Amino acid sequence: MSMENHGHHDNHGSHEHQGHHDEHHHEESFVSKYIFSMDHKTISRQFLVTAVIMATFAMIMSMLFRLQLAWPNEHFGFINWILGDKWGKDGILEPGMYMALVTIHGTVMVFMVLTGGLSGTFSNLLIPYQIGARDMASGFLNMLSYWFFFLSSAIMMASFFIETGPASGGWTVYPPLSALPQAMDGSKLGMTFWLLSMTAFIVSSLLGGLNYIITIINLRTKGMSMTRLPLTIWAFFVTAILGVLSFPVLLSAALLLIFDRSFGTSFYLSDIYIGGQALEQTGGSPILYQHLFWFLGHPEVYIIILPALGLTSEIISVNARKPIFGYRAMIGSIMAIGFLSFIVWGHHMFITGMNPFLGSVFVFTTLLIAIPSAVKAFNYITTLWKGNIRFTPGMLFAIGLVSTFISGGLTGIILADSALDIPIHDTYFVVAHFHIVMGVSAILGMLAGVYHWFPKMFLRHMNKKLGYVHFWLTFVSAYGVFFPMHFLGLAGVPRRYYSNTAFPMFDNLVDINVLITCFAILGGLAQIIFLFNFFYSMFRGPKSTQNPWHANTLEWTTPMANTHGNWPGALPVVHRWPYDYSKPGKEADYVPQTVPLAEGEVDGGGHH
Amino acid sequence: MIKFLVYVAIILTVLAVGYLVRVFELASSLKGKRSEEITEKDNRLMGRIMLAFVVAFFLFVIWQLKSYGWRMLPEAASVHGKELDWLFNFNMGILWFVFVITHILLFYFAYKYYGRKDNRATYFPHDNRLEMIWTVIPAIVLAVIVIYGIKTWNHITAVADPNSQVIELYAKQFDWTARYAGVDNTLGASNYKLITGTNDLGMDSTSQAGKDDIIVKNELHIVVNREVEFKFRSRDVIHSAYFPHFRAQMNCVPGMTTMLHFTPTITTAEMRKKPEVIAQMAGINAIRKARGDKPEEFNYILLCNKICGNSHYNMQMQVIVETEAEYNEWMKSKMPKKEAAPKEAAKEVAGN
Repeated sequence: MSMENHGHHDNHGSHEHQGHHDEHHHEESFVSKYIFSMDHKTISRQFLVTAVIMATFAMIMSMLFRLQLAWPNEHFGFINWILGDKWGKDGILEPGMYMALVTIHGTVMVFMVLTGGLSGTFSNLLIPYQIGARDMASGFLNMLSYWFFFLSSAIMMASFFIETGPASGGWTVYPPLSALPQAMDGSKLGMTFWLLSMTAFIVSSLLGGLNYIITIINLRTKGMSMTRLPLTIWAFFVTAILGVLSFPVLLSAALLLIFDRSFGTSFYLSDIYIGGQALEQTGGSPILYQHLFWFLGHPEVYIIILPALGLTSEIISVNARKPIFGYRAMIGSIMAIGFLSFIVWGHHMFITGMNPFLGSVFVFTTLLIAIPSAVKAFNYITTLWKGNIRFTPGMLFAIGLVSTFISGGLTGIILADSALDIPIHDTYFVVAHFHIVMGVSAILGMLAGVYHWFPKMFLRHMNKKLGYVHFWLTFVSAYGVFFPMHFLGLAGVPRRYYSNTAFPMFDNLVDINVLITCFAILGGLAQIIFLFNFFYSMFRGPKSTQNPWHANTLEWTTPMANTHGNWPGALPVVHRWPYDYSKPGKEADYVPQTVPLAEGEVDGGGHH
Repeated sequence: MIKFLVYVAIILTVLAVGYLVRVFELASSLKGKRSEEITEKDNRLMGRIMLAFVVAFFLFVIWQLKSYGWRMLPEAASVHGKELDWLFNFNMGILWFVFVITHILLFYFAYKYYGRKDNRATYFPHDNRLEMIWTVIPAIVLAVIVIYGIKTWNHITAVADPNSQVIELYAKQFDWTARYAGVDNTLGASNYKLITGTNDLGMDSTSQAGKDDIIVKNELHIVVNREVEFKFRSRDVIHSAYFPHFRAQMNCVPGMTTMLHFTPTITTAEMRKKPEVIAQMAGINAIRKARGDKPEEFNYILLCNKICGNSHYNMQMQVIVETEAEYNEWMKSKMPKKEAAPKEAAKEVAGN
């Protein structure tokens, strides 16, 4: 096969290259080993720890505004303690700060945690490991990718320390609101910080993405054809392509916004009278920004969910002790979702006054995505059927993901229907939908990955019982928070309202908001269990054996040490697909990819 | 001082939990068990919780439907809204079915096939027939959803009846202004550069069509069973005109005019007599009474539903649907003083 030859050839090159590396890295200083490291494993851990910290910040933000939504105008010492007298006077959240919190919560979760954190951690960890490479194609660019990510996170958090506060126009920062400093405090310096932070983030994402693509194409070990790749790698591969194609568009959107804000251009501005004066700008269109933003924004949600689905595929297969059902259909679904994600962005804009015919086209393309998504869901369920399921904490989170991916995906069918979108657009129905299908699912997938690959990352196990408690509390409270939100949306409650008290028609919904906040607090407390388990196990957890889950993929053939170059000797050679679990005729219920095919044995889940 | 003690308490708690975990781990390793190993007992327990979860989850969902369902928006008060509600229920029927079936399968399989020591999974890597079934069936169901959806969408977005009443809704931070097109049913020209303290909408005084336009704040009156065509403008940022009871919404975008039309079918007075609305209002007023607020009557409302600044959460306008006679009476009160007919009013303005 030409692909195998290709992989072999390149791998040979990397091998020599590696030998060269080893000589130079014998005595690494603390700085080059842990800070400006070019090793994919260290960079992966850096991404993970940064993402965990950013997720904690974003969660605390959500607690602050959930308190306000459940008990408006109540005094909370907690709010004053965190935000001080300026934004939390007498323990009441200031309306501008409420907007800032929802904005930064969304931005941090979407970009820093679920894009940078999720892809950064697991693409970096698993791509070289699972394809049998010594490291990423470019260690240096990989290092830059992390440090741009760090810079981006730092700038975003720094915006809380400026006088006018952080950006507060919602995570989508639609102009003219975000373009006009007169419109709100959050559109002043805070918005500049937001744009700078996102610029750094896009650089980070592109450097990472290009590296992932090049590594997967060029550095696969001998025998690792594309159809022998674990589904994790397929997911990371398509994700990276989506990122590379769509993030530059976000950069252009941001750049034009910077021009409008600072240099008097009118890309997005026209006919505006604000702050007692008519602005000069004419001829621009705020809708242009929305097209550019959602051209990234929609692939972005798949950039978030595909890696989580990839991790889940692997974890479910390993722990059900069964091959993932329909391996090739899963690859096809990933590619179909990836492709379709580029032609559906208009479904975010059904009520901007777009041409109704164009709306119909976007309805059609959007609903097409439901087909590959349904295939994936059914394949997961069938993988569990007649399995011998080992409930590791990772497995629990993976099953949780399948559930939330289904329930959130189904409400997407309502929202994709332009006619039905009209009355629920921008209500809590939308908030419920995207949190369940993208937020919760991706977080569950990420946590599944953390529990599953923790032994590989930190050579130790996380505590199993704490993991169980963490999962059930998280899963129950996730549904407890987001399921009732559908009802708020159907009652007509708009999102991003500081308080619903100005509308008598919403008075009888207060108890729903109280219930939601109680579950949110429960879910928040559950994460303390995780944080403790995570940091404690990193140093004190029981040491792991080399292949604790009896998995087939290559990362478990490396020694339990963070060896530079991953394999001390020659690179492993791959002989089979990664899902030979419980294969008839084999004694053990797993056959690692490095085991040669027996006489007459068919590879790749072929017909039997 | 109290803060300091709180910090100390938190740190001590973390340390204590850390040592507890350590003790458990040491104890289990003394017993010769590896604490990280997943035993059959663990699998059985988790399998059972999976089953318990799905039952509890369904009960939670049913409880929500029962306890929240009657507090949702009342029946649609517009012609197309009724069509939308039907479509929503049709789609939801399909979705509930899929939701229940997939969740039963997912969690029941998780329970039924929990790992046993002497058990081995069935090697079942793929099955073309099965995969074909669950590709084709969703495709057919989605085709139905798409066809119904686009059909309804085309009804709603079709060009408005030329006889419909034209009203402009003008959005700015943080209120709504309505401009009625007057007898000629044509809105006068406007330009944002003409905005002054007394000319809030930037109306062009040379525009003939604008002479009879009537500007109204706070309340929007519309006639039952008469189609209204709204034209939306915004002065500053994007707003969204959201009429939940009429199942209608459209963004207001600076620099362009957007449009939307619907026909209200139930007057405010009739709506107040609907049993479901009476029940809702009783609930609302009980809560308001307990809080010390004055009781309210049911009202249609127009809200801003696109983040527009710090007071976004309080940008609203009351909508009143009434009979033609009531509407004419009200409109008369909005006409310039001493002028009975709008045509004369227009003449007078022109004369000035």
